[in-house]
Amino acid sequence: MSHVAGDPTIFGLLAEFVHPEEVVEAASKAFEAGYRQLDAYSPYPVDGLAEACGFTKNRVAPITLIGGLVGGFGGFFMQWFSAVVHYPINVGGRPLNSWPSFIPITFEMTVLFATLFGVVGMLLLNGLPRLHHPVFHVPRFELASRSRFFLSIQATDPKFELSATREFLQSLNPQGVDVVPW
Amino acid sequence: MTTVNDRPDVLGPGQTYGSITDKISAIVVDQPTRRGWVLGFLVGFSLLNLLMVSVAYLLYRGVGIWGVQIPVAWGWAITNFVWWIGIGHAGTLISAILLLLKQEWRTSINRFAEAMTLFAVACAGIFPLLHLGRPWVFYWLLPYPNTMSLWPQWRSPLVWDVFAVSTYALVSLIFWYIGLVPDLATVRDRARSTPVKVIYGILALGWRGSARHWHRYRTVYLLLAALATPLVVSVHSVVSFDFTVGIVPGWHSTIFPPYFVAGAIYSGFAMVLTLAIPLRAAYGLHAQITQRHLQNMAKVLLATGMLVTYGYVMEAFMAWYSADTYDQFIQLQARPFGPYATTYWALIVCNCGTPQLLWIPWFRRNVYALFVIALLVNLGMWLERFVIVVTSLATDFLPSSWQVYHATFWDWAAFLGSIGLFVSCFFLFIRFLPMISMTEMRELIHETAEHHCAASEEARS
Repeated sequence: MSHVAGDPTIFGLLAEFVHPEEVVEAASKAFEAGYRQLDAYSPYPVDGLAEACGFTKNRVAPITLIGGLVGGFGGFFMQWFSAVVHYPINVGGRPLNSWPSFIPITFEMTVLFATLFGVVGMLLLNGLPRLHHPVFHVPRFELASRSRFFLSIQATDPKFELSATREFLQSLNPQGVDVVPW
Repeated sequence: MTTVNDRPDVLGPGQTYGSITDKISAIVVDQPTRRGWVLGFLVGFSLLNLLMVSVAYLLYRGVGIWGVQIPVAWGWAITNFVWWIGIGHAGTLISAILLLLKQEWRTSINRFAEAMTLFAVACAGIFPLLHLGRPWVFYWLLPYPNTMSLWPQWRSPLVWDVFAVSTYALVSLIFWYIGLVPDLATVRDRARSTPVKVIYGILALGWRGSARHWHRYRTVYLLLAALATPLVVSVHSVVSFDFTVGIVPGWHSTIFPPYFVAGAIYSGFAMVLTLAIPLRAAYGLHAQITQRHLQNMAKVLLATGMLVTYGYVMEAFMAWYSADTYDQFIQLQARPFGPYATTYWALIVCNCGTPQLLWIPWFRRNVYALFVIALLVNLGMWLERFVIVVTSLATDFLPSSWQVYHATFWDWAAFLGSIGLFVSCFFLFIRFLPMISMTEMRELIHETAEHHCAASEEARS
């Protein structure tokens, strides 16, 4: 039986591997074979795995930078505005914009906002929190957080065809291939 | 696994991804609550109740229940604050700075060191708040639109302190939680009962270990480490500004920021050792927390102990060299020979004397000796903060206003109570959260040469 791309009843196929090198190789081969809707799952970050799945855009660092700039400039502006514009106090003719004493808070705000932007940005770009996901339907998948490595090819991939894709995944010599239902 | 330069390894032999995951997650998921845990938690919880009582009484009567008076308006409360916040610093140092320096031995101790940071900062935070006199208006310290149209005083180190400590608390919490997310997912997948699965599942935010997710995760984790590194240095520097910006002799000194930071790391590592040694024995974590970790921490203790000693010597030297009467009096007479002479010399023995034992390898290897040394350093650091805060105020410029500080029952209650808060939180943490980062341990296994045969062994089983 053949499935057309975008079969609504299944999410895709999931292949299981024992070694991190195997899953990186499998992902590269799948990408070379023309599959684009790929994802890999591992119990710890594996070097080169995301790149092998065709991941290129990691925008976390610029988002963190923006957060740092917002916090830094915002923090300094708040102090400057309050000390110079909104509530100026003349203490023996000393300058109102006493910027050296504004530095500690400016620094703390830079760090705080960079952290918040970076973390929230990472979670949103990852689509988290998302408590359920089709891959969790596969019972073996609980090993993805323990000791095994998985490669999934989604049914939305134009090149996806159940039997052919399954054969392709089998040719990569996995421990097993499972259908992931929606 | 071979030992390099005759040093013990950071990982015991024969560990696989599976074995390490099972070992650490079992403490949370499978093992029944131990009697020792219940006992320890009860001790902590009783002390926590003492804290609750003392806080309630303080809110009822005011800060006068402590021994604070004029001139010693900053008594134990500020001593405890500085002590606790210093302890927290080792956690960030281990998790951030050693991560950036690629010190792989940090891996098995970073999680609970970060937890230690968090709880220590929580303990630290309560003291300045209670010391405000009217703690219920603490939010006046924050810039918010208010009908009084007032702003905080930006030029005051006390306001810097509010920003520094609250930023530190938040960033430490986020760093710790983000580090926990993949491990919470592991606990979710190991859990047997549905409610447990649901709770950990929610906490794990649905983490599924996707390669793209890991990529962004690792970026943000490294960035947080890079941000936390200057942050941790800034926090204790700002705490030291609370003193140095004042003109009180014994406080007004430029050496304070670096010397406070060194002291913070010193006391923090002492606390990590104090926690790691019993934990390792109680949960049989000898393969994860090895001799290598303990010895490295002992060496850090020795190094920072020397830095702190240098700070003491320089304080005394600068007082003599400056020819400032008041400084000379406080540093060379009041502290070593005045009413607090016992405290001062106890601090010198604890902080400068005991770490010298760590030159001898036997003391670095013997867990009992190391534990006692760590406790003495903790004590010494508390005494140091006491000497800085109290002696300077007790004997300031005007002899007619001199007064000796006498701690009351409520001083003791608040201090011991804060230890209770710390112990209670820590016991809950080791029971309900994975105390060693499983993710990073798996990464460590991958990096060690043995992983190939270890993993294939597992494939066969």
